[in-house]
Amino acid sequence: MALAFDWESMMAQQQTNAHTEVAGHGAEAGGNFPPFDSSTYGSQLLWLVITFGLLYYLMSKIALPRIANILEVRRDRIASDLGEAERLKKETDEAIASYEQSLAEARQKAHGIAQSARDTAKADIESKNAEIEADIAKKLAEAEEKISAVKAAAMGEVEEIAKSTTEAILEQVMGSGVAAKDVAEAVAAAKAN
Amino acid sequence: MANDPIQQFQINKIFSLGEVGGVEFAMTNSAIFMIATIVVISGFLIMSTSGRGLVPSRWQSTAELIYELVASTLRNTAGTEGMKFFPLVFSLFTFVLTANLIGMFPYFFTVTSHIIVTLALALLVITTVILYGFMRNGMGFLKLFVPSGVPGAILPFIVIIEILSFLSRPISLSLRLFGNMLAGHIVLKVFAGFVVSLTAAGAAGWLGAIFPFAMTIALTALEFLVACLQAYVFTILTCVYLNDAIHPSH
Repeated sequence: MALAFDWESMMAQQQTNAHTEVAGHGAEAGGNFPPFDSSTYGSQLLWLVITFGLLYYLMSKIALPRIANILEVRRDRIASDLGEAERLKKETDEAIASYEQSLAEARQKAHGIAQSARDTAKADIESKNAEIEADIAKKLAEAEEKISAVKAAAMGEVEEIAKSTTEAILEQVMGSGVAAKDVAEAVAAAKAN
Repeated sequence: MANDPIQQFQINKIFSLGEVGGVEFAMTNSAIFMIATIVVISGFLIMSTSGRGLVPSRWQSTAELIYELVASTLRNTAGTEGMKFFPLVFSLFTFVLTANLIGMFPYFFTVTSHIIVTLALALLVITTVILYGFMRNGMGFLKLFVPSGVPGAILPFIVIIEILSFLSRPISLSLRLFGNMLAGHIVLKVFAGFVVSLTAAGAAGWLGAIFPFAMTIALTALEFLVACLQAYVFTILTCVYLNDAIHPSH
C-alpha cells in the first residue's frame, strides 16, 4: 500500500503545516495542502458548475441524440437490408422453381415431340414397306402368269412340232402318208409318258 | 521547490472575477483545465460524429464505443428506466475520464485531484438519487433502508447500517476518485523527482536513477489504467445508486 502510505504522510504533513502557519491564505500559503485550501473552493465550484452544466447541455442536446440517431439509422438500415435480402432470396427461389418447372415441361414436350416424330416415321416406313411388298407380290404374280402362258404356248407348239416332225420322218421312212390321226395319238401317248 | 510533490496541485489565480459574500471567484489554472476538458469531450464527440456515417470512421467508431459502453452499463445496472439519466451519467463518465487523462500530461493540472470537485460531482449524484427517489416512489423510497426478509429483532440495526451506508456514499464516491488521482500523481512526482536529484549527483547517481526511472515508467502506465478505471468506477457506482432511486426495495 505504497500509495496509501504516501497519501497519508502528505495528510499528516498538511496537518502540521496548517497548525504551524498562521491562517495561510490561498495560493500564497506555500506549504498549505492545496486540495484543502478552502479559499479556492468558490472558484472551483463556480467553474465546475459552468463547465459541467455546459457539458451536460452539449451532450444531452447535440452529441448524444446525434449518436443515438446514427445508431438507430444503422440498426434500421441493417434490418431493412436483411428484409430486402430475404425478399430477394425468396424471389430467386421462386425464379429457380419456375425455371425448373418450365425446364421439366420443355423436356417433357421435347420428349413428346420426339416420340410422335418417331411414331410417324415408323408408320410411314411401315406403310411404304407394305406398299412395296404388295407391288412386288403383284409383279411376281404377273411374271408367274406370263411365264406359265409362255410355257403353255411353248408346250402347245412342242406338240405341233412333234406331230409334224413325226409325219415327216414317217413319210421319209415309209414313203407313204400315215394317217394324221394315228400320229396325233402316238404323240399324245408319248407325251403322257 | 521544484521537487515538491504537492506543488502540482496548487491552484493559481490568473485573474479575479470578483468577490461575493467574502468568497472570491477567480479564473484559475483549474478553471482552464475544466474548460479544456469539456472542449476536448464536446469537440471530439461532435466533430467525430459530424459525418453521421452509416459505416463509421475510426473517430466516429470510438465515439460510438464510448456511447455504447456507458449506455450498456447504465441499462444493465439500472434498467431501461435508468436511461433517462443517460446524459447525466455520460457527462459524468466523460468528464471524469477526460479530466483524469488530461492530468496525465506533464505540467498539466488534474481537475479531479481536488476534493471539492469530486465531492461536488458525488453530491450531484446523491442529490439526484434522493430527489428522483422521492419523486418517483414518494415515501416508498424509504424502503431502501428496510431490506425485506430480515427478522424483526435485528431490523433496527440493519436500518441504522443501511442509513449509514447511504450517508457514506457521497464521501466514499468522492474520496475514492480524489485519493486515487492525488496519490498517483504524488507517487509519480516523487519517483520522477528521485531521477532528477540522482542524475544531478554524477555518474553513480545516473546508475542509481535507473530504478526510480523504471518505476516512473511503470507508474505512468499504472496511472493511465487508474485514470480510466476510476472514471468507470465512478460511473458504475452512479448507475448502482440511480438504480436504488428507481427500485428502492431490495
